[in-house]
Amino acid sequence: MNLLDIIIAIPALGFILALLIPRSNAQLSRLFALGVSLVTFVASLGLVTGFDSKSTGQQFVTNFVWIQNPEIHYHVGIDGLSLWLIMLSTFLTPIAILISWEYIQDRVKEFFAFLLLLEFGLIGVFASWDLFLFYAFWEVVLVPMYFLIGIWGHDRRIYAAVKFFLYTMVGSVLMLAAIIFLYTQAGTFDYVTVLDMLQSGRIALTHLQETLLFLAFFLAFAIKVPLFPLHTWLPDAHVEAPTAGSVMLASVMLKMGTYGLVRFCLPMFPGAAKENAPWIATLAIIGIVYGALVAMVQPNMKKLVAYSSVSHLGFVVLGVFSFNQMGLDGAVYQMLTHGISTGALFVLVGFLYERKHSLAIKDYGGIATVAPWLSIIFLITTFASIGLPTLSNFVGEFLVLQGAAIRSFSWAAFAALGVILSACYMLWMYQRVFFGTVDGVEVADSHGGHGGHDDAHAAHGHDAHAAGDHGHDSHGHGFPDLNLREWACVLPLVAMMVWMGMYSQSFLPVVSAQNAHILDTTRKGPQASNVNITPVPGGNAHAR
Amino acid sequence: MFKLWLIPLLPFLGFLINGILGKKLPKLAINAVAIGSVLASFLWVALVVGPSSDWGAHKLHAHYFTWIASGNFHVGWDFAVDKLTMIMLMIVTGIGSLIHIYATGYMDHEGGYYRFFAYLNLFMFFMLNLVLAANYLILFVGWEGVGLCSYLLIGFYFHKKSATTAGNKAFIVNRVGDFGFALAMFLIVISFGSLDFSKVFAKAPGAPVETLTAIALLMLVGAAGKSAQIPLYVWLPDAMEGPTPVSALIHAATMVTAGVYMCSRSAVIFLHAPIAMETVAMIGLATAVFAATIGITQNDIKKVFAYSTVSQLGYMFLGVGVGAFSAGIWHLMTHAFFKALLFLGAGSVIHACHGEQDMRQMGGLKKYAPWTCIVLACASLAIAGFPGTSGFFSKDAILTAAFEHAPWMFWVGVVTAGMTAFYVWRAFWMTFWGEYRGHGKPHESPMVMLAPLMVLAVLSLAGGFLFNVPEILKDMFPLKEEIPEEHMLMGISVAAGLIGIALSWYMYVVNQELPGKIANALGPIYRLVDDKYRVDEAYDAAIVEPLIEGSSAVLWKAVDAGTIDGAVNGVGSQARGIGQILKLIQSGNIRSYATWILAGSVVIIVLMGLAGGAH
Amino acid sequence: MDPAQVAETLKHGAVPTAWYLALSAVLFVIGVAGFILRRNIITVFMCIELMLNAVNLSFIAFAHEHKQVAGHLFTFFVMVVAAAEAAVGLAIILTVFRNRSTLNIDEIESLKN
Repeated sequence: MNLLDIIIAIPALGFILALLIPRSNAQLSRLFALGVSLVTFVASLGLVTGFDSKSTGQQFVTNFVWIQNPEIHYHVGIDGLSLWLIMLSTFLTPIAILISWEYIQDRVKEFFAFLLLLEFGLIGVFASWDLFLFYAFWEVVLVPMYFLIGIWGHDRRIYAAVKFFLYTMVGSVLMLAAIIFLYTQAGTFDYVTVLDMLQSGRIALTHLQETLLFLAFFLAFAIKVPLFPLHTWLPDAHVEAPTAGSVMLASVMLKMGTYGLVRFCLPMFPGAAKENAPWIATLAIIGIVYGALVAMVQPNMKKLVAYSSVSHLGFVVLGVFSFNQMGLDGAVYQMLTHGISTGALFVLVGFLYERKHSLAIKDYGGIATVAPWLSIIFLITTFASIGLPTLSNFVGEFLVLQGAAIRSFSWAAFAALGVILSACYMLWMYQRVFFGTVDGVEVADSHGGHGGHDDAHAAHGHDAHAAGDHGHDSHGHGFPDLNLREWACVLPLVAMMVWMGMYSQSFLPVVSAQNAHILDTTRKGPQASNVNITPVPGGNAHAR
Repeated sequence: MFKLWLIPLLPFLGFLINGILGKKLPKLAINAVAIGSVLASFLWVALVVGPSSDWGAHKLHAHYFTWIASGNFHVGWDFAVDKLTMIMLMIVTGIGSLIHIYATGYMDHEGGYYRFFAYLNLFMFFMLNLVLAANYLILFVGWEGVGLCSYLLIGFYFHKKSATTAGNKAFIVNRVGDFGFALAMFLIVISFGSLDFSKVFAKAPGAPVETLTAIALLMLVGAAGKSAQIPLYVWLPDAMEGPTPVSALIHAATMVTAGVYMCSRSAVIFLHAPIAMETVAMIGLATAVFAATIGITQNDIKKVFAYSTVSQLGYMFLGVGVGAFSAGIWHLMTHAFFKALLFLGAGSVIHACHGEQDMRQMGGLKKYAPWTCIVLACASLAIAGFPGTSGFFSKDAILTAAFEHAPWMFWVGVVTAGMTAFYVWRAFWMTFWGEYRGHGKPHESPMVMLAPLMVLAVLSLAGGFLFNVPEILKDMFPLKEEIPEEHMLMGISVAAGLIGIALSWYMYVVNQELPGKIANALGPIYRLVDDKYRVDEAYDAAIVEPLIEGSSAVLWKAVDAGTIDGAVNGVGSQARGIGQILKLIQSGNIRSYATWILAGSVVIIVLMGLAGGAH
Repeated sequence: MDPAQVAETLKHGAVPTAWYLALSAVLFVIGVAGFILRRNIITVFMCIELMLNAVNLSFIAFAHEHKQVAGHLFTFFVMVVAAAEAAVGLAIILTVFRNRSTLNIDEIESLKN
């Protein structure tokens, strides 16, 4: 039993114990869940410190037979790809618990228990090395999310929850069929063995078989990503989900899809992946531009952020199917940074909702005067999401676009349009929500006069902040600034945005090494073509 | 050794202190932090880095840490100083310091005082990053960062919708430019495998012309965004919504010149791409003329200077485009002097008139604000290219180079110079001459505002003598040989400037009815120019509206909600329909179940019988 | 089968197997008819028992005919199951009656829709 097993076990045990807490003691449920998630997070830091960055193999491996017949292994381990995704899950779960502290007043115990179950499933997905185990965890994740949306969601929660569940089910059933087919061929569910057999040719797939298997896996992952045009479950799920659900959904669950693409689709079926790359990349680019355009006209903040996720995740898929080091590195990095920045956006939108009980952009205005710190944090997050250099998302987007440009310059040119559009929709939203005046009356004109007005309000809001730690405050037009608990939620996120934007070397080398390894294995595929970046003097052949 | 990192980091510290603690600090402390940090980095540049001779020979190159690394592609946080950087550093920190000092006076009564200086310091940080960068990506960091600060400062009065809208517009239009810049970077990596200036410029001469042309044209898109050239100039006039010191610092003296700097920095690439060079020159010239015509009709004093800035930036691009990089940089520098002065002077005028910006509500201010009048006269002389002033030298250098390149460009440039002199002096006469037409009693600005103006006035007048940029940069950009027509050309351009001044004096001092008559006589043409050629409206109608309407009606409602969700829900309701029929069997009545069982058994038995019979 | 033949057969001390089967079939059909037509749940239940025992009868008959013990075995199984079923079934019926105050199966249809 190594550290990884412990990290998987803690939330699972926490889930069971959380259910045993008496229903009447809501505060204990909260504290217990927070404690469990914090312990998990601290334990997961041990993964980072204990990780051997020179090795590209699995680490922290546990492998024993779970079910005898058919032989299914409990085989977990991490590598450079899954390390940061597990960290992302353990990092965001305490934050998700903290933001629900006051927002969830109904069935408190179950809510926090489900969050722990969700964490368990997510860690399991990223750690599994057995195809069946992976599938099992994949489905485990669905359940708590279904209930989070269905029970604690907004008005159309049942519709959204069912849509979410069925959409993802369609994909996962296909994936299950593909996994079972692989089992009949290989006689084992163990991913390492299956992969080895595929690569060494001991399982000889016909071209049709390979394509179909690839598509089955791809569809499951593409729905989860979600890739255009399979994305319509996402906006509904996000809008209806409670804040914590949106955060976990956008930040980590979507990454299950992109993780699957990198982990399974590419290494197992490199030939089919390369063959199908052009239309997949085209869909990704359409998704980037389409998501951004639709986000631009959304009247609902959560929907806007949801569509922006469609756009950002399009970058990830584009990077993956660029088949080169930069594209893949950028894609994985974008997964992480999108988790942070979009998670933060949902957290902040949740704060706004808790104060004003509306998600409609038009109901807001002038928040910058009453809640200056909230506005500043939101602004930083906005610019991180837009991809301002020095903040997190830029690194990923740059590498993805550069990788895509190496593969095909026109891909990068079209995808980069999304970068322009992201500025449009985010800044327009920011302007409508935070600028202007609270009561919607436009200040006439001229400067000088209203300057004092500004500071009076700002000071007002500040007082609210100082006194607002208890959550209930009548200052600032009933719109208090961030309280202590909220600061505790957003500060780590903002710190990560700056850290990941300024010093990607803390995260990227491990990922890079792993991606190099994956690319290396895919090159052994039948239609290997070396598209790594090579400085060719005058090599503008790619550029056309 | 030279701690180049100190130069941007000092203002950044100022930003952090003022930004986080500013609300609780007294004004004096905010001033000390804001001015002190910028002044300290100016002194560091001027007294420590400057006197060293190492920067001539590329020795000042510092690598701090690897920022992004992927495969064999590495980008470090690298700074380097050469003469071009040195000039930019001096301009940015020097002018920046003066404007910071001025702003303490100008913003004295404004709310959000600490916020303003925090933003200004942040701007200095990014701008210094931009000029110190030793590779394109770090330059891009500064490039985007100054865009951010510009956004924040334009929208400084965030209660005003017009201000925040202008901020958005600035950022988004700049993003369009950045799109081009980013694509240029991608092409550079594909072609040269690196973004480091030293590596790229070493390999560039050997690359195919088409590649270099593509790179240079994409860079031009970026530069056109940042430096407000056609067709991306539209954001700059709106940017005047920001406080006046911002207009002076960001939208006149420093940030908007980043495009010119970038093109000069990439001179190696441009020089090997003649088509791109020609395009740069054409765009610069077109912008210069176009903006100058608009400047003639504007009545808002800041708008006049805004269009003048666009026009002067066009001049700089003309210089770059015809290969006179050092002349472009020279004009960048002198323009920084006199345009900063014009804006700060305008700020002083606005201050004097209690926030009024419409020149029709001013007049006769020379009596009330004599110092402002004098310094603005200096700046106006300089921009008109009056012999001996700083503008005269740089403009002359560009025009001479243009003449060598293509005489018609020279003549267009001369006409523009005449127009420039005309509208700047028109503003001058309307503001300072005649009788005061506004409300209240105008007053002179405090000393803390006037002192920086005087320094700038001296620089505007004598800057051409003091800093001979082409001479300084002759290692990087070889000096052109003198041509025989030089003196004649000089005479022509000076004459154009003088004619402009005289004409404006005649129209706005002597015969004040004339402008109105001319405007009436020109009718629709005048109105078209007065409406800024309705470019904003055209962009709105051609791009913004269709994009929003299309996204809303077609993409969102039709494709997303209609087609895709329709299909998904359709599958769902089909399944439900089948269920509706099948559920009739499930009646809940035990006897009907029993009947079904019986019927089923009978059917099975009969079938078995038949099967048995077939045997 | 004329009476003389019957008397002849009975003289040998054995009832023909076909008679048993006929009786079994008659009992089974009575059971089915009662199951489908009757509304009282206890009657229905008794009809089920009747069907089971009809089948038992045919098992025994065949066992006797073929001189094999398997038929007896099956019968015992069926009897055990029937006993268990009776216990559970009657308990359910009691509960239903307590909750619904009725034994009419047409009124017990909460699974509908």
